[in-house]
Amino acid sequence: MPSTANSSVSLAAGLPASPGRELAGEHSMRMNISKLNFYYGEKQVLFDISLGVAAARLTALIGPSGCGKSTLLRTLNRMHETVRNARLDGEITLDGQSIFLQDVTQFRRRIGMVFQKPNPFPKSIFDNVAYGPRINGASRPLSDVVEASLRRAALWDEVKDQLHKSAYELSGGQQQRLCIARALAVEPEVLLLDEPCSALDPISTAKVEELLVQLKSSCTIVIVTHNMQQAARVSDFTAFLLNGSLIEFSPTPQLFTTPADSRTEAYITGRFG
Amino acid sequence: MTARVLWRKSLSAVMLSLTGVCAFVAVSVLFLILGYLVIHGGRSVNWDFFTKLPAPVGELGGGMANAILGSAKLLALASLIGVPLGLLGGVYLAEFGGHAAGFVVRYAADLLNGTPSIVIGIFAYALLVLPFKHFSTFSGAFALGIMMIPITLRSTEEFLRAVPLALREGALALGASKWRAILTVVLPAAYRGILTAVLLALARVAGETAPLLFTAFSNRFWSPGWNQPTASLPVMIYTYAVSPYDDWHRQAWAAGLLLLGLVLVINLLARVVLSRGAAVRRS
Repeated sequence: MPSTANSSVSLAAGLPASPGRELAGEHSMRMNISKLNFYYGEKQVLFDISLGVAAARLTALIGPSGCGKSTLLRTLNRMHETVRNARLDGEITLDGQSIFLQDVTQFRRRIGMVFQKPNPFPKSIFDNVAYGPRINGASRPLSDVVEASLRRAALWDEVKDQLHKSAYELSGGQQQRLCIARALAVEPEVLLLDEPCSALDPISTAKVEELLVQLKSSCTIVIVTHNMQQAARVSDFTAFLLNGSLIEFSPTPQLFTTPADSRTEAYITGRFG
Repeated sequence: MTARVLWRKSLSAVMLSLTGVCAFVAVSVLFLILGYLVIHGGRSVNWDFFTKLPAPVGELGGGMANAILGSAKLLALASLIGVPLGLLGGVYLAEFGGHAAGFVVRYAADLLNGTPSIVIGIFAYALLVLPFKHFSTFSGAFALGIMMIPITLRSTEEFLRAVPLALREGALALGASKWRAILTVVLPAAYRGILTAVLLALARVAGETAPLLFTAFSNRFWSPGWNQPTASLPVMIYTYAVSPYDDWHRQAWAAGLLLLGLVLVINLLARVVLSRGAAVRRS
């Protein structure tokens, strides 16, 4: 695919240090961010970010609070546009096509998003999962889609007998997996997760992590986390952000064992953050 | 105990009892009114009161069936006018209203809320009574509907604002357009609060007399359709209370009892709706 080749070139050009170049060579890129600057009003929060998201891999964005990792994630499905006076320059592509030239609702259907706190709708479990297929026009029977999505989110066995109960009757961990199922129901090409486990207990966190590892074979995943162990456990690539700049982007084992930048090393060894 | 401590303690005791007495007086006014209504009107609340037309002047008995139905018609039509306007205006304020536009709408709604009801009555009179040269149910309902707009609008705005941003983003992230997210996620999440607000707005205008005096006017008989003057409970109370007949006075008390009962029931209903667990868990 020519688009992939283009992405790789811009990725390699935009990356700060050498490790990124290997990434570009080995994997096809699903999304590509190049020279992204982001502003809230006058305040610039992201500086010249260039980053490739590898297809069918899990990319983690780590960094201390306020480093801009959530902001970066939210540009990937253009969710930043809901914020007044947010603006950006630079380019983001999905399969080689600029995401900013597409119809925003059509585009968002291709990118699933899971938020920091579970945010099920005040509806039944079934209706939560069926929401996306309903508004997008489902091709298959809804009950099939709901069952398949709940199975993919490893929640089916726990809720199959109570699909018509309110989603609020589920535990926090179940709610978050419900939100993942809801996102999967529209069969997104890319799944974005914004600190999906920060409100969960360790057992629920383990379940969600296991789920992510299973999902990445069929879905490209980007996860924001400030839990470094989590990034190390589940991700294939890790990007370290600091004060709105991309400091280092490497295969996860490499970033955590032999970081190229001293600031990365300082962060992962717990000297700050 | 030093004199100073003694002084402080007694001052505290005096103040505590003073506030307590005031609170008690404030609450007991309602019970005084209720008791008064029951004593004076209770005897006249009977089957005839609900089913019969007013008796001709000078005859005993008769009822207020036409006023009860008239009030119901007025309130129903007023809701049809006031609720959609208030609801959609509230949606605009909470979801779309920019800084300047939002300020203007909000301020205007607050002013409208504070507008004396008799002024709204004159407005309806000039707009819907004078041109047609007769009083009508419609003009009365129009006046009441206007009064319902600001209450519904501001409460809708408040309850929509209380819906977490995360729910809106969740819907948008699934590819919902903004209006779809509002219709299918935000409004359902806030409907209990909005329903409560509508009920309270109804209770508020149910007892309004001034805007009806020269719009719906009154009627000793059934009022067919929407284009004729109609009797209503508040205006009946006014007419009967200032009449020289003892029987009418008793019936005015009874109508007052019915009206207060209605308002209490609506208020209780609103509480039940709201307390049935908030639809959205706040965290």
